[in-house]
Amino acid sequence: MTSTVVGDLVAQPYKYGFVTEIETEKIAKGLSEDVVRLISAKKKEPTFLLDFRLRAYRQWLQMREPDWAALGYPPIDYQDIIYYAAPKQQSKKASLDEVDPKLLETFDKLGIPLSEQKRLSNVAVDAVFDSVSIATTFKEQLAEHGVIFCSISEAVKEHPALIERYLGTVVASNDNYFAALNAAVFSDGSFVFIPKGVACPMELSTYFRINSGDTGQFERTLIVAEEGASVSYLEGCTAPMFDTNQLHAAVVELVALDDASIKYSTVQNWYAGDEHGVGGIYNFVTKRGQCRGARSKISWTQVETGSAITWKYPSCVLQGADSVGEFYSVALTNNRQQADTGTKMIHVGPRTRSTIVSKGISAGHSVNSYRGLVQIGPKAVGSKNYSQCDSMLIGDQAGANTYPYIRSQQSDAVVEHEASTCRLSADQLFYLQSRGIGFEEAVSMMVSGFCRDVFNQLPMEFAAEADKLLALKLEGSVG
Amino acid sequence: MGRNGSGKSTLSKVLAGHPAYTVTGGTVMYQGQNLLELVPEQRARLGLFLGFQYPVEIPGVSNLEFLRVATNARRQERGETELDTFAFEDLVTARLAVVQMDPAFLERSVNEGFSGGEKKRNEILQMALLEPVVAILDETDSGLDIDALRIVAGGVNQLASPGNATLLITHYQRLLDLITPDHVHVMAAGRILRSGGPELAHELERTGYDWVDQELALSEVG
Repeated sequence: MTSTVVGDLVAQPYKYGFVTEIETEKIAKGLSEDVVRLISAKKKEPTFLLDFRLRAYRQWLQMREPDWAALGYPPIDYQDIIYYAAPKQQSKKASLDEVDPKLLETFDKLGIPLSEQKRLSNVAVDAVFDSVSIATTFKEQLAEHGVIFCSISEAVKEHPALIERYLGTVVASNDNYFAALNAAVFSDGSFVFIPKGVACPMELSTYFRINSGDTGQFERTLIVAEEGASVSYLEGCTAPMFDTNQLHAAVVELVALDDASIKYSTVQNWYAGDEHGVGGIYNFVTKRGQCRGARSKISWTQVETGSAITWKYPSCVLQGADSVGEFYSVALTNNRQQADTGTKMIHVGPRTRSTIVSKGISAGHSVNSYRGLVQIGPKAVGSKNYSQCDSMLIGDQAGANTYPYIRSQQSDAVVEHEASTCRLSADQLFYLQSRGIGFEEAVSMMVSGFCRDVFNQLPMEFAAEADKLLALKLEGSVG
Repeated sequence: MGRNGSGKSTLSKVLAGHPAYTVTGGTVMYQGQNLLELVPEQRARLGLFLGFQYPVEIPGVSNLEFLRVATNARRQERGETELDTFAFEDLVTARLAVVQMDPAFLERSVNEGFSGGEKKRNEILQMALLEPVVAILDETDSGLDIDALRIVAGGVNQLASPGNATLLITHYQRLLDLITPDHVHVMAAGRILRSGGPELAHELERTGYDWVDQELALSEVG
């Protein structure tokens, strides 16, 4: 790019890298049918759920880890992972006063205050620590509107019929290797139910915190919006810095019935490993939404900045007539990070529409791939897709790939794909600098500008956060 | 003034600190400091301004925000308070008049989709906000129709004061009909070949640059 040296500035340390010293209950390493039964027993689950887990486990045994992604990592030893860990507290507390102060303090430090006085005024938060939900705010207020927002473990106990009806209906237990693993051993996650005709009165948010160094993280989130309901949901994720890798294999299922709309936003900032690629989270996540009803809408927005490995394709199955799917993504990789991420838009119903806007930024020695499928089925008459995939390269050691797959069985479908690759241009940087704007601020202005279309989709409270996060991640990577 | 390739733009970029140029010798003294030892943004904060021949488009970066950040960087260096969004809007609205610019351009991305004339007006607007001590305007007149030329020249004239200096790089007398220079220098092969008053520009308009070759040839023999 220029004659100046790449990366000669000191990178900002990962500020969420601390570990909370807390007593946890862990089971022994390794995975077997007994372990699956043990997890289910610990959670006192009904039979249907144990059966679901066992079925998934048996299917998983028959499956092979996928190797088609543009990712390279040493083999994962699935017997060297702890599949259940929970902070030692007897049961989920009725009131926050009873939650271990260390846990509250941890979330305070992460900028997610849970206590009554300090919490965000219009955002209800479910705080998940090592895959166990420790507190959910604003539950009562939400309940007045008929909205259910709680941990999935609680939902299994209190709303088993809803769970049995919807769990695994979007992402089947044998959907893929990591989804099957999740179905067998998932520990917790969030459950959201918005009844017919209700617009959820506040933003819902789950904050995932990994704390343990040797425990796998398997959350499962289920969001159901009934006819005419709407909700905006955001998840955030951070983890401590360890020099080992932690496996994170989550599943998210969204169901939108007639005229319902679900907006799901993610700001993913798992620990990414150091500049040599030591440590960091392996993030293998299956996220899928099903627009089951006519005129329903599901919108994914993701800002992916963390993890050593990201394997993630938030997708929409557009089943209902005139349903709409959206995917807005910013994926930033630096140092030795690898990301293979994108979406699938499966057009099943007539006149379904989808939009894909993907912005990949690769710096350092990282590799950033967009992989996306647009499929127009035989009944999807008059369907449309628009895809835009832009890559920005910073420095001369990073890689960007785009793998678009388009399958259309409809002659009248309109599928558009635009792609571009640019380099953070020295001339643009110089222009900003020549106006007195410091080098790093100039870079951050340009990167934010590149991502504007996606950031505009984020809930307002988090758009500024995302901006700052990118600037922080890129510090020292441009020269 | 000077022919294409005589080193005018190179000089201006070197002064502003463009990373594509490596200075192999010499110093540039500015307010008691060697300019070449400063990073580009520091030069700008100290009052050096380069008006680009081809202003760069920066998609996604709001022009208004860009102008505000730049103005504040300069203000900070001068020990002035930073302007918040509201105070800055007042200032920029006042300065828009200098170049008769439509406020709608503030809402757009920096120079993105601007016509040649609009880009140059945006440059002069930046100059009006940054209040440079030394402004170098590199072929600010290129690509301008006569109305735009008048507006840009009017802006430059309004901003001129005893406390600042403007270095205009141009090929054409038509700009100098609107901005009367105090001194005219003719560059060739990277150095100043002749200096004079405004009459030198008129002479060039009549005779062209053929004499330059002769003088260069002579100087090489000499």
